[in-house]
Amino acid sequence: MSSPVLSVRGLSKSFGALVVAQNIELDLMAGARVGLIGPNGAGKTTFVNLLTGFLRPDAGTIQLDGIAIEGMRPEDRVHRGLARTHQINTLLVEESARDNVAITIAEREKFAWRAIRYSPQWQQCLDEAQARLDEIGIGDVGDRQVRHLPYGKQRLLEIAIALALKPRVLLLDEPAAGVPSSETHVFHKVLDRLPAEIAILIIEHDMDVIFRFAKEIVVLVQGRVLTRGEPAQIAVDPQVRAVYLGRTVV
Amino acid sequence: MLSFAATVLLDGVSYGMVLFLISVGLTITMGLMRVVNLAHGSFAMIGGYIAGYFTQRGYNFYVALAVAAIIPGILGGLCEVTVYRPLYRKGELSQVLLTIGLVFVATAAVTEIFGAFPYPVKFPEYLTRPIDIGFRTYPGYRVFLIVVGAIIAAILWWVIDNSIYGARLRAAVDNARMARAVGMNVNLLFTGTFVVGCALAGLGGAIGAGILTPEPSYSLKYVVLFLIVVIVGGEGSFKGSFVAAMALGIIDTMGKYFIAPAAPYLLYVAVFLLLLWRPQGLLPPKSAT
Amino acid sequence: MTNPSETQKAGGGLLAGMSPWALAGHALPWAIAIGFFFIAEGYLSFGTQIIIWILFALSLDLALGYAGIVTLGQAAFFGFGAYAAGWFSIHVSPDPILGHLFAIGLTAIVGLISGALILHTTGVTFLMLTLATVLIMFEYANQAKEITGGDDGLQGMKVGPIFGKYEFNLFGHTAYVYSLIVLFIWFVIMWRVVKSPFGRSLDGIRQNARRMRAIGTPVWWRLLAVYTLSAAMAGSAGALSAHATRFVGLSVLSLLTSGIVTVMLILGGTRRLYGAFVGAIVYFVVQDYTAKISPYFWEFIVGGMLIATVLFLEGGLMDLGGIARRQWERLTGKASKP
Repeated sequence: MSSPVLSVRGLSKSFGALVVAQNIELDLMAGARVGLIGPNGAGKTTFVNLLTGFLRPDAGTIQLDGIAIEGMRPEDRVHRGLARTHQINTLLVEESARDNVAITIAEREKFAWRAIRYSPQWQQCLDEAQARLDEIGIGDVGDRQVRHLPYGKQRLLEIAIALALKPRVLLLDEPAAGVPSSETHVFHKVLDRLPAEIAILIIEHDMDVIFRFAKEIVVLVQGRVLTRGEPAQIAVDPQVRAVYLGRTVV
Repeated sequence: MLSFAATVLLDGVSYGMVLFLISVGLTITMGLMRVVNLAHGSFAMIGGYIAGYFTQRGYNFYVALAVAAIIPGILGGLCEVTVYRPLYRKGELSQVLLTIGLVFVATAAVTEIFGAFPYPVKFPEYLTRPIDIGFRTYPGYRVFLIVVGAIIAAILWWVIDNSIYGARLRAAVDNARMARAVGMNVNLLFTGTFVVGCALAGLGGAIGAGILTPEPSYSLKYVVLFLIVVIVGGEGSFKGSFVAAMALGIIDTMGKYFIAPAAPYLLYVAVFLLLLWRPQGLLPPKSAT
Repeated sequence: MTNPSETQKAGGGLLAGMSPWALAGHALPWAIAIGFFFIAEGYLSFGTQIIIWILFALSLDLALGYAGIVTLGQAAFFGFGAYAAGWFSIHVSPDPILGHLFAIGLTAIVGLISGALILHTTGVTFLMLTLATVLIMFEYANQAKEITGGDDGLQGMKVGPIFGKYEFNLFGHTAYVYSLIVLFIWFVIMWRVVKSPFGRSLDGIRQNARRMRAIGTPVWWRLLAVYTLSAAMAGSAGALSAHATRFVGLSVLSLLTSGIVTVMLILGGTRRLYGAFVGAIVYFVVQDYTAKISPYFWEFIVGGMLIATVLFLEGGLMDLGGIARRQWERLTGKASKP
């Protein structure tokens, strides 16, 4: 029962002389809520790219449900249950919000090779897409072209798309970055309601979000894990305060 | 035998110098502005036609060369301000299309003005004679190409490596947004660089007219060669394009001597394979790696 | 670009749920094409040429317009299809349909192989590789005189009657009808493909390939599939051209051919299906008129139109209707949709 869904061992990567990941270890259990923090350039996004397969590690293993995935292509990892959100919007801006989700569902269900016409399955994709938009509270703008959506709703759509993949592990890369503070309570609610069984790794600059949401925090500095522990511990850890919290006043 | 090898090498290098002169502007503008500029060959073509026009009417050869550099430079500047600038924000497709449009317009214009036939440049008499280069005689025109090409390459090399302009250029090639953020007038830098690049292309088209004869199909026919120099050398890489131009010149010349009929075909196959092997080119600038 | 409500019409037949206006819009071009056959007999070979280029431009629309594959190599497939059909008619059988199928199949294989080699690259490198593909084929065809006739073109093609019954006559009746039917078949195939889950995934890849990988799309395979289909269509157009003129010249493999088909598509408008129709017709009519003024004037006009389209009319001529409607709605004070 206690075997982790995602297990990272000795993950290392460098670009020439620049070490961006050094011997990183991480276990995510089902239902985990782990926060990943660290100063700018600590290698957080690199770590996400290594996990999702957009970068190849120099050394180390990544296991998803006990299967080695470090050699797999990004799209195969997704089909095995590893999803992510993007720090910068990479939504399909010419499409409607609903179509963004429906296209995702079609990939998940492997309908997307159907090249003859819209089949009844496509209608299922659209229906499920609408349901998922409703769930996250943006069902009313399903018809709107994404480029015309307010920024906060685009960020929510980003999460809806990741959830539509029915992931076992979800990597949230600064989900609330750039969202006006008047809307952060919406995000808190969405994050609180994420399906309990999904293992989640969240990267955030906003300490409020991290300390509210995460049960465990990993601190990354210069590609290495500096320390890890419960939020209360981390908040008072002098090492962490020195390299990180000291500079961005909480 | 040795003398034959030297001939092939010299032919290749002189041809490579022409390719380099024409392409160097393209590599810098493509590296700097990230614009796929298929119309670059048209500026070289216009240079060739202008040189042909003046030399055929008995004007001094060097005056003709100067005009052949200045007019494409001015045209390039005008084009940069009017049609290229809106392109920087657009996708690659728009860039390809618009510059193809320019190629069409330039081709039609030179055909209207100069006719549909090849339009040679009349080189001064002393360049058409063979001259003694120590161990043998060699066509004066080719020697001229090598000397002029080497001088211009040396000047450019020095400018890019040592001047303030060069430093700005390198900085902007590596990171245009950063350059803008630190207060560099990137627009002026772009326009200036474009003017110089087009002027060099015009000059290259003029002095290289003995090898690449001006004709209406010039821009479409040779733009691929210029692009090969740029892409194989690595976009924005000055040294890379020099190496690529020399290599292309020598390989193409060798092909013509040894395997005459299959030469162009094998050249493109070689480029094809090279790009599959190194999609970023031989010597990409730092930012591209 | 995509009208969200359009995607609601899932399931059902191709024409199901279409408004009468939309139906009329679809019927119009085909009605014109059929009408042309009866009223413009003297111009049938001109008409056939337009139909062939419409098909060629449609093939480019699939790769470039829908999937966002910025290629200048489409002439390689058009030319290959033309030579394949010509070679088949001389050496194997004069039957045009067999020859056509042979050309399509062979071109699809060429598309598959070249696509597999180059589709992992992007940007200028990809563009150069497509240019190199055309140039390699051109130079090869120029050399392999025993297969292609080299500079003189492929001569001595024998084209038999279609189904053993309809001869390709001097006035081009058969060629016109045959080409129109082939175009219609490809049009329906393409329509179905782009308006399908597969087509939607192409939309996604065009807009953001990285995002598509992040939701599990095998991007390379999708692009390879669409590139192969596009090559087959272009090869089909080339085969039609060979059969209609009983001749294949080296120019089918030139870069200019790639350039011209791109011009047509962009003028008409990408991703509109009928954009290729409008573009090809406008191109040929303009060429025909301006060539009478001066043999090179058309190139000037076409170049100018291309520049103007990129700068001012990104949706192509097909977008004029939409722009006019928006202006009209603004003038009449009708509230437009948000």
